Amino acid sequence: MSVTSKDIRIWSRLGQRGSVFGVKMPEIAENKNNLKLLTADLAVLSGMERYMTSYPDKFLNVGIAEQNMIGIAAGLAMEGDCVFATTYASFIAVRSLEHIRQHLSYLGCDVKIIGSSAGVVAAKSGVSHWATEDLAFIRALPGITVFSPADSLEAMKIVDYASKTKGPMYIRLSGGLNCPIVYKEDYEFIPGKLKELKKGNDIAIIATGLMVNESLRAEKLLAESGISCSVINAHTIKPIDKEGLEDIFKKHKMIVTVEEHNVIGGMGSAVAEVKATLNNTPKQVFIGFQDTYTAAGSQKFVWERAGLTGELIAKRITDEWSKINDR
Amino acid sequence: MSINCSEENIKRLNEMAERMRLSALDMALASEKNGSHLGGSLSCIEIMAALYGEVLNINPRNPLNADRDRFIPSKNHCVLAHIPALAEAGFIPYEEILEFQKDGGRLTGYPERKEIGLEYSGGSLGMAISVGIGIGLSFKERKRDNKVYILMGDGELNEGSVWEGFMSAAHFKLDNITVIIDRNHLSYDGDTEDVMGIEDLGEKMRSFNWFVSKCDGHNISQLLKAFSESEPLKPHIIIADTIKGKGVSFIENKREWHHHTLTKEQYDTARNEILGKEG
Repeated sequence: MSVTSKDIRIWSRLGQRGSVFGVKMPEIAENKNNLKLLTADLAVLSGMERYMTSYPDKFLNVGIAEQNMIGIAAGLAMEGDCVFATTYASFIAVRSLEHIRQHLSYLGCDVKIIGSSAGVVAAKSGVSHWATEDLAFIRALPGITVFSPADSLEAMKIVDYASKTKGPMYIRLSGGLNCPIVYKEDYEFIPGKLKELKKGNDIAIIATGLMVNESLRAEKLLAESGISCSVINAHTIKPIDKEGLEDIFKKHKMIVTVEEHNVIGGMGSAVAEVKATLNNTPKQVFIGFQDTYTAAGSQKFVWERAGLTGELIAKRITDEWSKINDR
Repeated sequence: MSINCSEENIKRLNEMAERMRLSALDMALASEKNGSHLGGSLSCIEIMAALYGEVLNINPRNPLNADRDRFIPSKNHCVLAHIPALAEAGFIPYEEILEFQKDGGRLTGYPERKEIGLEYSGGSLGMAISVGIGIGLSFKERKRDNKVYILMGDGELNEGSVWEGFMSAAHFKLDNITVIIDRNHLSYDGDTEDVMGIEDLGEKMRSFNWFVSKCDGHNISQLLKAFSESEPLKPHIIIADTIKGKGVSFIENKREWHHHTLTKEQYDTARNEILGKEG
């Protein structure tokens, strides 16, 4: 299927969640008999109306009961279904965690978990609805592949891949409607491989989710002041691309990880875990929530508090870069 | 499903239960200083005997047969009842049951081993009901007649997600699910009604739109009758009234025997009691 720039614009407007559940999942359901999509009373908000109407036998709403949802998903998977289960990332990755550990991680049930509204898109709803630790929780569980797409097109590619691939997965969808476009045209998605979006000489900015777009903005600002940055999209958080990282460490003088997540346990930690095993690697700067929550407000407000806008990422990088060069 | 309630069959199952009780003691002794969950295993021996000796449609010669019923243990600490049942049903050789704590063994830690009849590995209480519902939904959708049997303890009904499961099984009209509650009235810390009361359980379940049966959980005849009951479009719960530690006087209704070590002397006394011999 060829993807047009018009498709990309439409999907951007729908956001990652709307594109996945409104467009991609119905497309998968058309050809996949053993598909099941489970939600915990978040069908309408997630844009599943078309799916529900067209494929009622492949849909199950379990009500507001996330733990039960994952247990049911596991039972269906044991009998051979390919199961996707979804609700807000903050609920699915936290309330259901023990079910995920027992049934997906330990027993290996073929369930794909889609956590939506990850990060702080639900900023005004308050911390209860933010997911800024989900990567840490899920990443610590053996056997679960973890994805974090940068835009709507990538989210759809990841879900498509998941539907064709055995094994438990966590797919972290960020943002709401109007998700910024990172990929302006179609590209080949290679799971498990870091994707270089900008080639630079001094600094490697490794970002994930919505922070890929913010990092691309930061890169432009930094280029204007003569700092040359690579921008790398870490769409696969686990397993992390060790070879790709090794290459990045060799070619840059400073590493910056940027994520809409706590700096403990997320993508930055995954990068650091690889870096720590290697000799003579550059310094790493962790940009993300600095092990704290901020006051609630709009997404922009929270991002500014946490230093997660393109401008603030550029400023932090400039400061850290000058520390290295002043030595 | 036709259940044989003849006197002859009941006698056979009672004999099976007695052998399982003795095996449970063997396992408890073999666990040495680690101790074992003897109390809650002895309370569900007859339930296990009824299931593995009569009710479940399973075949050790074809353990992965798609038409088989699924037994999902939720009170997973009852290995001392379940493993002897698997041996009785022919899934494992009797000699193997004492290896249940061997490092890396195929029975150790109560793993999932479908090829020897272990359909599910749990351990953290309250989680298995949801898995059973998923399996029941799958059978319904594929228009298959397989049944799902889930054995739960009474203490684990304190877990909130259990009630999410109960609510959803009735909502989805899963009349292919039977939950058996081993109602032995004791959890680790004492009487269930002191720790966290669950009564009136029958009324609660009826109000959740389940079909409720009650029986003496040590009476094979009553158990078989309960298993043979059903109501269309409703999940079935059998509240089996039991005695924790049943069959051994110094273990019966003793909180501390939830998890305990068994000395050789105690083993001999218990064995004689079960066999009806004077000590």
